[in-house]
Amino acid sequence: MTDAVRYVGRRVVQLLLVIWVATTLNFMVPRLIPGDPVAAALAQMQASGGSVSVDTAAIAADYNAKFGFDQPLWNQYVNYLTDLMRGDLGVSLLNPSQTVIAKIGSAIPWSVGLLLVATIIAFVVGTILGALLAWPRTPRILGAAAAPLLLLSTVPYYLLAIILIYLFAIVFKLFPPGNGFSPTTILGPNWATAVDIVNHAILPALSIVLGAVGFWALGMRSLMVGVLGEDYITYADSKGLSPRRIFLRYGVRNALLPQITALALALATVVSGAILVEAIFNYPGLGGLLFSSVLSKDIFVINGVVTVLILSLAFAVFLIDLIYPLIDPRIRHQG
Amino acid sequence: MTAQTDSTVAVARPASRRARTGLLRDPRLTPQLVVGVGMLIAIALFAILGPLLVDPKMANVTATTPRLPPSAEHWLGTDTQGRDLWTVMALAVPNTLKIGLIAGIVGTVIGVVLALIAGFFGGLPDSIIRLICDSLLTVPGIAILVIIAANIEQMTVEVMALTVAALAWMFPTRTIRAQVLTIRERSYVEVARASGVGSRGLIFREIMPNLMPFIAASFVGAVAGAMLASIGLEALGLGAIQTQTLGITIYWSQEYTAVLRGMWWWWAPPVVAISLIFLALFLTSAGMDRFANPRLRRSA
Repeated sequence: MTDAVRYVGRRVVQLLLVIWVATTLNFMVPRLIPGDPVAAALAQMQASGGSVSVDTAAIAADYNAKFGFDQPLWNQYVNYLTDLMRGDLGVSLLNPSQTVIAKIGSAIPWSVGLLLVATIIAFVVGTILGALLAWPRTPRILGAAAAPLLLLSTVPYYLLAIILIYLFAIVFKLFPPGNGFSPTTILGPNWATAVDIVNHAILPALSIVLGAVGFWALGMRSLMVGVLGEDYITYADSKGLSPRRIFLRYGVRNALLPQITALALALATVVSGAILVEAIFNYPGLGGLLFSSVLSKDIFVINGVVTVLILSLAFAVFLIDLIYPLIDPRIRHQG
Repeated sequence: MTAQTDSTVAVARPASRRARTGLLRDPRLTPQLVVGVGMLIAIALFAILGPLLVDPKMANVTATTPRLPPSAEHWLGTDTQGRDLWTVMALAVPNTLKIGLIAGIVGTVIGVVLALIAGFFGGLPDSIIRLICDSLLTVPGIAILVIIAANIEQMTVEVMALTVAALAWMFPTRTIRAQVLTIRERSYVEVARASGVGSRGLIFREIMPNLMPFIAASFVGAVAGAMLASIGLEALGLGAIQTQTLGITIYWSQEYTAVLRGMWWWWAPPVVAISLIFLALFLTSAGMDRFANPRLRRSA
């Protein structure tokens, strides 16, 4: 029991630390680096746009008042944290009528949908492939066929994205080259919308899947090689159990558990890569939002997206960590 | 299973299978490592010689006729803003490698120091270092880096290197710490400790030399990770826009929709170069695993 308490305690401390890092980073970095970020961003906006006549001085004064740049740092920090807890991430610098949280809210379903589907496909395909590659009875041809996939895993997702756009949207006009849906589609809960969204999601999802399959296959292969070397496999074999049963029940089942912990650890890397894929595809998710706000130097949106990304991922990893001991009893006894 | 017997044979009879001399006879010298290191040498040569063979002015905006496909005069064509893309590539590869190397060195040095502190002394320092490492590893690196990079007004190649170095030390710390823990308990360290060798002697004369393969492997990993992060930031438009790097070339080609315009000669060279660099690093680190982890020789 104490082990379990320790395990959960450690994960809670880890979660709190990540939350602290995310919030402090967003708070401290703009203040540590010399120069006034609000003034700089507004100047940039004025220089580049100029189409909308805005009173930058008034906006700057407004933000300075809101963030209380004249107040001591400690007060600013407390203000920032209370705003954050109420879910107030400020408004878009470029378009002050839109709150940052609303922009993020409309982007999240796109990202979650794309990432969830792509990660599950990559994980399942990669795990099966890895298990087969470690299995001595697998035909050699599979190993040869899998080699290109393993090599693709060394290429960043977003480069695969560029290649896929070129191949499947330019050379062969099979899929749209970007965006989350056609400009002509009126989004609604109907069949046409679903088809359009899936059509637009295939290439971004494919770049994440192709980039990640090799990673999961390599991980599963080495886990499987370890498991197949265990005595109980030899025993099961000499008992005359069918190879199929040994492969699934004795091999895959035991190698799968560490593979699931790897999922929790790899989530951060996958999300980092997916953000850039969204940027390349101009996808309406968090990555696309981050990209457009970086281009327009909309620092409040950038900060908001980063905060939401770090916090939501920290909670996801925390949940996986809590569920994991339930499926793998071995974990309960480690610190 | 057959691979297992293959390599046992190679270990048992190296002379008959590989009739080579000296170092080359080492069975750990796998094709992976040879190809990986060979590719790295070729890339390094291009990075060193490339800038000497081109006129850097040709990489400036409006230096030449824009939108030309590859020809004898412009080997890789020109972009929408009139840069010669061969020149751009010759300047971009060394800059990207420079970012990776600086960040890799910084990250590995920090990682080794923290790992030695954590692994050798244990206790509270170990718990704190491990907690920070584990926590930061669950954070999508690009998110932290975007915040830092977006707030830097004058981005240069060196600043970019230090920015990505901020997250390049966790993996080295983790892997090297684990090794310090096992090496610390080896009998030769016990003997040295019993014969009165101090902490510093133990760390630098007994532990460090045996860590070298792991440090080298972590370094390769850190360089790859740092380059990946820097190219990602640059592709988002957070790089040193006035210089040439592979990520910035991707950024410009995206900004001017090179893919949609069919200007493959613009986006393909940086994509190919990045892929080759990562492939070389992957093969090298996979090959080096055999030096670092003798057990892999049997199971891989």
